[in-house]
Parts: sequence; structure tokens; C-alpha cells
Amino acid sequence: MAHRHLKFALTLLAGTLLASPALAQTEIRIMWYSDGNEGEVVADLLERFEAEHPEIDIVLDEVAYQTIQENLPVQLESGRGPDIARVTNLQTLNEHWLDLRPYLDDPAYWEENFGSFLDWMRPAGSDAIPGFVTQLTVTGPFINATLFQQAGVEVPEQGATWEEWIPALRQVAEATGVPIPLAMDRSGHRFSGPAISYGAQLIDDEGNPVVPDDGIRAMAENIVNWHQDGTMAQELWGGVSGTTYVGANQEFANAEVVMYFSGSWQIAQFANQIGDAFDWWAVPNPCGTAACTGMAGGAGLVGIAYTEHPEEVATVMEYLASEPVIREFTARTLFLPAHAGLAASGVDYVSDDPNVARALDVFLAEVGRLEPKAIAMQAYRFNSILYGAIITRLGQVVAGELTLDDALARMEVDIADQIAEASR
Amino acid sequence: MTEDTQRTTSATTSTPWVGLKAAAFWPLRLVMDLVDRPLAWLQATFGQRAMVVFFLLPNLAIFGIFVMLPLVINVIYSFTGGSALFLDERVGVGFEQYQTLFDCRDFTDPFSCRQDAFWAGVYNTLTFMLLQVPAVALTALITALVLNREMRGRGFWRAIFFFPVLLSPVVVGLIWKWILERNGLLNALLNGLGLEGTVWLGDSFWAMFWAIFVSTWAHMGFYTLILLAGLQSIPRDLYEAAAMDGTSRPRALLRITLPLLWPTMLVVLILALIRAVQIFDEVYVLTGGGPGTSTQMLVQYIYQTGFAALLRNLGLAAAASILMGLVLMVLTLLQLGIAARRSREVAG
Amino acid sequence: MGAVRRFVLRRRGGDRWHWTDVVAWTWLVLGLILMLGPAIWLTLSSFKTRSALNEFPPTLLPLTTETRMVEGYEEPLELYRVTLEDGEERVLAQVRRVGIVAQMVDPDDPGERIDVPIAAREPVRTTELATENYTEPLERFAFLTFFYNSVFVTVMATVITLIVNSMAAFALSKYQFRGRGTVLIFILATLMVPLPVILVPIYVVINYLNLFDSLWGVILPTVATPTGVFLLRQYMLTIPDELIEAARMDKASEWKIYWRIILPLTAPALAVLAIFSVMWRWNDFLWPLVVLSQRELYTLQVGLNAFAGELNVQWHYVLAMTVLTMLPVVIIFVFLQRFITSGVASTGMK
Repeated sequence: MAHRHLKFALTLLAGTLLASPALAQTEIRIMWYSDGNEGEVVADLLERFEAEHPEIDIVLDEVAYQTIQENLPVQLESGRGPDIARVTNLQTLNEHWLDLRPYLDDPAYWEENFGSFLDWMRPAGSDAIPGFVTQLTVTGPFINATLFQQAGVEVPEQGATWEEWIPALRQVAEATGVPIPLAMDRSGHRFSGPAISYGAQLIDDEGNPVVPDDGIRAMAENIVNWHQDGTMAQELWGGVSGTTYVGANQEFANAEVVMYFSGSWQIAQFANQIGDAFDWWAVPNPCGTAACTGMAGGAGLVGIAYTEHPEEVATVMEYLASEPVIREFTARTLFLPAHAGLAASGVDYVSDDPNVARALDVFLAEVGRLEPKAIAMQAYRFNSILYGAIITRLGQVVAGELTLDDALARMEVDIADQIAEASR
Repeated sequence: MTEDTQRTTSATTSTPWVGLKAAAFWPLRLVMDLVDRPLAWLQATFGQRAMVVFFLLPNLAIFGIFVMLPLVINVIYSFTGGSALFLDERVGVGFEQYQTLFDCRDFTDPFSCRQDAFWAGVYNTLTFMLLQVPAVALTALITALVLNREMRGRGFWRAIFFFPVLLSPVVVGLIWKWILERNGLLNALLNGLGLEGTVWLGDSFWAMFWAIFVSTWAHMGFYTLILLAGLQSIPRDLYEAAAMDGTSRPRALLRITLPLLWPTMLVVLILALIRAVQIFDEVYVLTGGGPGTSTQMLVQYIYQTGFAALLRNLGLAAAASILMGLVLMVLTLLQLGIAARRSREVAG
Repeated sequence: MGAVRRFVLRRRGGDRWHWTDVVAWTWLVLGLILMLGPAIWLTLSSFKTRSALNEFPPTLLPLTTETRMVEGYEEPLELYRVTLEDGEERVLAQVRRVGIVAQMVDPDDPGERIDVPIAAREPVRTTELATENYTEPLERFAFLTFFYNSVFVTVMATVITLIVNSMAAFALSKYQFRGRGTVLIFILATLMVPLPVILVPIYVVINYLNLFDSLWGVILPTVATPTGVFLLRQYMLTIPDELIEAARMDKASEWKIYWRIILPLTAPALAVLAIFSVMWRWNDFLWPLVVLSQRELYTLQVGLNAFAGELNVQWHYVLAMTVLTMLPVVIIFVFLQRFITSGVASTGMK
């Protein structure tokens, strides 16, 4: 009897001893979404981190983007949520981010390399370090160069205006029998780049919205006309309601679109999906009357203010933000770096697809051509309200529910109403 | 009992089944018998009424906490503003949210309203109700009449029509969205027949048509079963007597079947109406509310305003849902009132 | 064969076709195509490769381009049927595509490289199931975990639903008490409250009760179903009161009456409710999505939604995952359809 009890007690003890490292582990949850292969890459990087830091157990919750957009804000409102999250609405939710500054070993490194982008995730005037921007994105067009070749039409050069691009696109579409000359993501953010190129201000110097103005009107008229004459496909912008996002990745990948106005985050996905089915090129942003700019953007990795383990969160963040790690992440995901050091020294991208190399070059050059307003909008607290109002009302004009004048007037009212409600 | 249920019960009382059931349920039995002691004491001490309360309590508690309480919170939300989640952080604004909803120049034109998405939702839901409920009731009736004929393999056909009811609304929406795409099956079939296809879900008329069609497709089987049961409870000798009198089949349908089926049909109509007012999932997956706002329903408006939007407007969404609830209540009471009067007529 | 023939040709009115027969049979055949067709199309489509999915007109069966290992090349090359300038048709293997010209070789004689304009070639296709549509997402996502969670939620919710609803139905059918009508109306009222409307307030309540991010938070709010209560109540009303009176005279407690007499007699209705509950809980999407935050707790419906990124709708994965979601329900249906359809019928209108 005693013999058996002794054996049992020893087993129990052994079990406890074996389990104790696990018991002493801190669990850090990261809520992550992926557009392309970022999930795999970051999982790989985190595995190496865990090997070096056995006291931290990282759980990578890969979720749909919809979850980040809809569920996470509600969780944050109620004081819950993960420890770290990859988010695009950095500015609007900034009250929920953890200030890592007191926990960082080297805050100066962060300021030096992420400096300007930190404004995207903190209130104006603050010097908090909530996290870092994992990638910089720039909006701009992709074209199906093979179709241009087939049609025998020359691709317009940098500096060409929309007025020069559109006839070329229509010509190519007609010659090759492709249904959609131009597709643009149904997004206010995407629309804003060309709008600024036509002189839109979006916000004035005090930070008050100036919507709509002549620039917005000009580009809105373009969009409406292009839908009416068949340059743009009705069902993309007019097929859904509200602020619903609709992209045209599948259509472009299937060679149904001549020009797809989207952005640099598509590079990895196109390399994967299109392969060598046709030549897909990134081209510089077409010009309006005032500029030839796209919009800056990006997703960021931030610490959540309600975490119970801020020191561990900071350790994880420092690892992920360190130069060698970001270098590898950027090289494998084919994103543009938001790290000053990396941008200066250049990145050896992991790809032998000539289309990828060309696209990255073009977008890197576009970064230099961004208008100040196109960057400043990312730091504006109510940017999502502006984008949402623009796309909702413009979508209704395309769907034939509102006249353009009505829509522009409503945009102004929507924005004023929502800002008032959010500021209560 | 219909012959099918007779077959069913005989199948479940055969020996292996009994043994299996006994084996599966003995832990449950043990627990239940243990529970009997304190409950018997309860009954002895407080009388039968205590047991009634006990039986009702779990159900009512869940309803109370997870349905009624949120409803009450919703009512309070509708009188507050701001973007905070918790009530104590919200700002009271009186009837302002309701006023915003009713701020319209012309009530017959949703686009003259300040919250045009809300009124679009109202009109779309009304249109949907007025068209889908008769559609689903009619198709269910026809199917039930067809299935009511003497035929072997009735169980098979019943199962076929019931199949879509089992699918989740998301699956239903996705299946049809896939078929109705620009390059989807429907256009391919039409092209094969020499007709032109079109972008179905990109046209406001067709989008609503398909929303109604898909919703009817998904739920018809359920109502068919109910109507079928009702049909089968009509005594056969009535038909025999009518046949002997030389009554034609259509006349028998009109004079015997439909009047006796009416109470069942009423149940179907009420259920279909309640579901139609709450329509959301299938249509949202199918059309996303588009094109424009032409298939955006009321519940979608509430969902987007109160949950999915980045800057949620809980007060406005709550006000809209309270209004919707009031309308639902009125409709149901009306229906019940008509039903009560009708059954009094039939009985009397 | 004779039985089948008789079955197929059976009609009312003896041997002559009555117009109602024609209508009825047309309706049935139409119903068969319309009810089952879409689901079958979904399944077939889910086995097509991404590029095959975007063809128009779509092929009925999943087809992929044949490939062949050609000497001198590491990867298998795709085969195309090519019309050369002189009109001759040959089957060639494609090495690569450059612009609008494809470089191809004869698979049997790979020395010579032939340039072919891409318009003059057509892929050689065979029927093949693109099972990677199923395996790829499953490799990245813990399907078994999600499956287990869904099963747990469904089973627990159904058991609790059956017990709780039958208790309430018993009280409402076999006891006369003041306020019985009010309770009935109260329960009917809850039928009219759709989930999206009270989504945020329930979230607040769940939060307060600390049920957030827990499977019980998914289960508990769903177990009291008005439909269930009414269904069971209708059935229980038909149980003769004399049975209960007799038991009472034998000094049986109310609980014993409920447990030993009423429940076994209500078995058919309980079976129906069980089937409905399984169906509802298995297909629940919005509520688990809101309540659950940790991926390890995701149910199947939520988990399968998780690979939808912002910027890509990967139809081939979506279709495959939709089929997987549909499968358990279909299997249960095939086995239990007799119970479902006859059960609803018998309890629906008593």
C-alpha cells in the first residue's frame, strides 16, 4: 500500500517539476490578420523568439480582418482584448494603446527609426510609443502589361494625367475584349489619393474637415462619368451599400481588368496568384490638376493598454521591431518598410519575379512623391469618418440613388454628425 | 398518427435500441434521481406552487437575463449618446436619437431623410415582407398539396424540400451568390440557351428579386411540413363524400381543403411574417445591402450602426431597434386579433 | 425494376394522365433540381482550382490542365493543344510564357523550342479534384480544435435546451395558475427580438457576468428557445391528465412525474427539438463571433471565417470551407430525415 502511494507521490512530484516551467510562463496573445503570407512569416519569427525566451509563451491568434475591424473595438471598449494586435485603425482607437516607452530598453531607437509614423498611432502632441508600423503602404495602380502588348498600345509614362490614361485603358480593353478597363478598390482611402491630385484638401490646418471641396468634386465627377460610360464596372462600387469594402483582386488576377487602382500591399499576393500568367506592372500614380500622388497607409502592431503583462509585451515588441527581424519580415512579405534605417539601406526582397522587383521600385519611388496631405491624413483622428462618408455617398451616386450634388451635400452633414457624436 | 410516425416509433422500441438508450441515459437518470430528494422536500414544504416556479425558473431566467435585460438596456441606450459602451459613461440626450431618425422632409422619399439608410431599411423590409411572405406561403401550400397525394416515397420528397432549411444562412447566401455571379452558373445556363445573362446582383430590381427568391428557397421546406401535417389531419371521408356527390377536384380544394387548412395557414403566415421582419443574414451575405441601398434591410442598418461601424452609434441603433420592435408587436397583435376572430367565426 | 416503374408512373385517376398529375410531377422534378442543384454545384465548384473557377462558361466537372514530366526540366510542364501556322494541331508542353508568346517544346522531343502566340493554344484538361482547396486551409487552421468546440457547444446546448425547455413546457401545459397567459406572451415576445438588435447589450451583459471569451458564454444565452417551449407544450397538452392524477395519488413528487412519466412520453417531440437545436447551434455564427476572442475556442463556423483577409476573397477556399461546414448537417440529415420530417409533422399541429 505504502509502496503504491510513494510511487504515486513521486509521479505527482515529477509531474509538477516538469510542469513548472510551463506554470512560470507568461502567455502573450497577439491578434493578427494577414493579407498575404505575413501570418506564416511572423509565426516563424516568433518561434525563434520563444526559443530565446522560454519564459514567454506567445499565442498567435490569426483572425479575419473583419474581426479586427468589428470585434476588437468592442472588446477594447469593454477593457478586454489581446495583449498585442495588428491594426489598421491606428489613430481612431488610440486611447486603447499601451505606452511602451517606460518599458523599452532603447526608446531612442524607436524614435529614430519610426519617428514620423508614431504620430499615426497617438493623439496629437503626445510622445507615447504605442507600437510600430509593420509596413508602409502606398496606393497606386497596377496594369496588365500583357494586354497593353497584345493591343499594341503604349503604356503612358510617369506624369501622364488621368485624361491621358483613360482613353489608353479603353483602347486596350476594346482591342483585347477585356470587360473592365479600370477597377478601383471601393474605399474612401483609395479615392483620396486622386482627389488630392485634383486639389482636395480633406482637412485644413486646424484639423477641421474640408469636405467636399473642388478637388473632391472633380474626382467624384470623374468616377461617376467613368461608371456611366463603362470604364468602371457598375457592380464593384454600386453593388454594395454603406462603407462595405470591395476589392478587385480576383478580377485583376483573372486578366479581366486592364488597370487596377489599389496599392503596394497587393504585391506578395499577386506574385503568388498570378505567377507568370501575365505581366503585371505597378505604374506611377496618374496626375490630376495639382499633383500625382497616392495615399500613405499601413498597418501597425500595437500593445494594448489593458494587458496584464506590459513588460513582456515590450520585450516581444522590441524583438519584432529590431532591425534584423523587420528586415527579414519585410524581405519575405514584400512590403515597403516603415523603418527609416531599412528604407535608407534598402531591402533584399525574397523574390525572383521580375514583376515584383519592378513593382517595389515603382512604389518606393511613389513614396517620395507623396503629397504632405496624403501622409498627414493617417495621423488625423477622424480619418475613417471622412473616408466612410465619401465612399458611402459616392457609392450611392454610382448606384443611381443620389445625384452628385445631393451626395456631396450629404457627405458634409454625415461627417459633421459623426464627429459630433464621437466627440460627446 | 400518420403511418410514418408509426414506423418511427416501432423502430425506436426494438430491443437493441432500448438497450442502447438505457446504457446512454443511466448517468442522467442517476443525477435526476438524486435531484429528486431536495425537490420532494421543496414540494412538501412550499406546496405545488413552488414546483411550478422551479420548473419555469431556468427558462425564464435565461430569457430574462439574455433577452429581456438586453432589451431594457437597449431602451436606455436609445436615450443616450456618445460612443462609450457602458451605460455609466454615456451621455443622456433625451429623445434626440428618435428625432434624428424621424428627421425627414418627405416621408415617402427615403432620400429626403437625414438617416436615409434607416428609411431605406424600413421600405426595403416592408417590400420584402409584402412579397416574400405570400411567396413562401404559396409555394409551401402548393408543395404540401402535391406531397399530400397518395404516393410512395413521400418521405424522400419531403426530405428534398426540407434540405435547404438545414443550411446556415451564411451558406445559403454564399451558394446563391456564387451562382448569380457575373461568371456564374445562371449566366452560363442562359448563354447556353441563347439568352443574355446579366450582372444579377448589380441591378436594384433583380437584387431584391433574388433576395426574396433565395429566402423563399431556404425556408419553404419548413412551412411545407407544417401545412402537410395540417392537410393530413383533414379527414379523408370528407373527400370521399364530395367525390360521391360528383364534386370536381378544384371545387373540393376550394370548399373543403382551404377552409379547413386556414388555422394552419395562419400559423405559417405569422411565423413567416416574424421571420421576414427580422431578415438579415442571408440577404447580407448575398447582396451586402446593395446595389446602393436597395436591399439593405432594417436589421442590417441596426447591425451596421450599432456594431460593425468603427465609431458605433449605439444610441441611434438602439432607437431604431425599439421602433422596429414596436412595429413587430403591433403586427403580431393584429395578426392574432384577426386569427381569434376568424376561429371564432369558423367555430361558431 | 417493376416496382420502380410502377412508382415512377404512378398517377391519380388510374391509367390516364390527369392535368393535376402533370402539374404535380413537374413541381416535384423542378423542386428536386432547385433544392439539391445549388448544393451540388457548390460541391463540384469547391474542387476546382482557382483559375478554373474563373472560367466562363464554367465547366461542370472540375478540370485541370494536364502536366507531364519532360526530359531536361525539373518541374512538370503543362500540356497545351496548339494550332501551328500551317494549321497542324499538336500537343506541346509549355516551358514559360513571355509577354504574348509562349515558349513550348514537344514533350517527346524536347530539344527543339517552338514559339507559339498565346492565342493559338488551348490547355489539355482532365478531370481532377483540387483537393488542395481543402487541405491547404486545414493545414494552417486547427480544424480539429474548431470541430471539437462546435461539437461541445452543440451537444451541451442541446442537452440543456431539452431539459430547460421541457421543464417550462411541463409547467405551462399541466398546471393552471394565474399569470400563465402572461408567461406565454412573454415567451412569444422573445421570439420577436432578433439577435443583431440586442448584440451590443448582450455583449455588455456577458461581460458583466464574466462569460466573455468562454464556450459557456456561447452556450448559455441560447438554451431557452421559444420555439422549443411551444413545440413541447403542444405535445404535452395531448398527454392525458389522468396519468398525472394517478401518479399523484400514488404519492409521486412532481419532479418524479416530470422525469418518469412526462419526459418519456414526450420523446418524439424531444427528438424533434434535439434535431432543431443541433441544427441551430451548429450553424450559429454571429454570436460565437462576438463572444469568443481566443482562437482555441473558436467554433467551426467562426474558425472557417478567420482566413478571410481584408483584401482577398479567395473563392476556392471559401467554397471548400463552406462545403465542410455544410457536411455534418447533411450527414445528420441523411440519417435522421425520417425523424425530422415526420416529427415536425406530428407535433406541428396537434
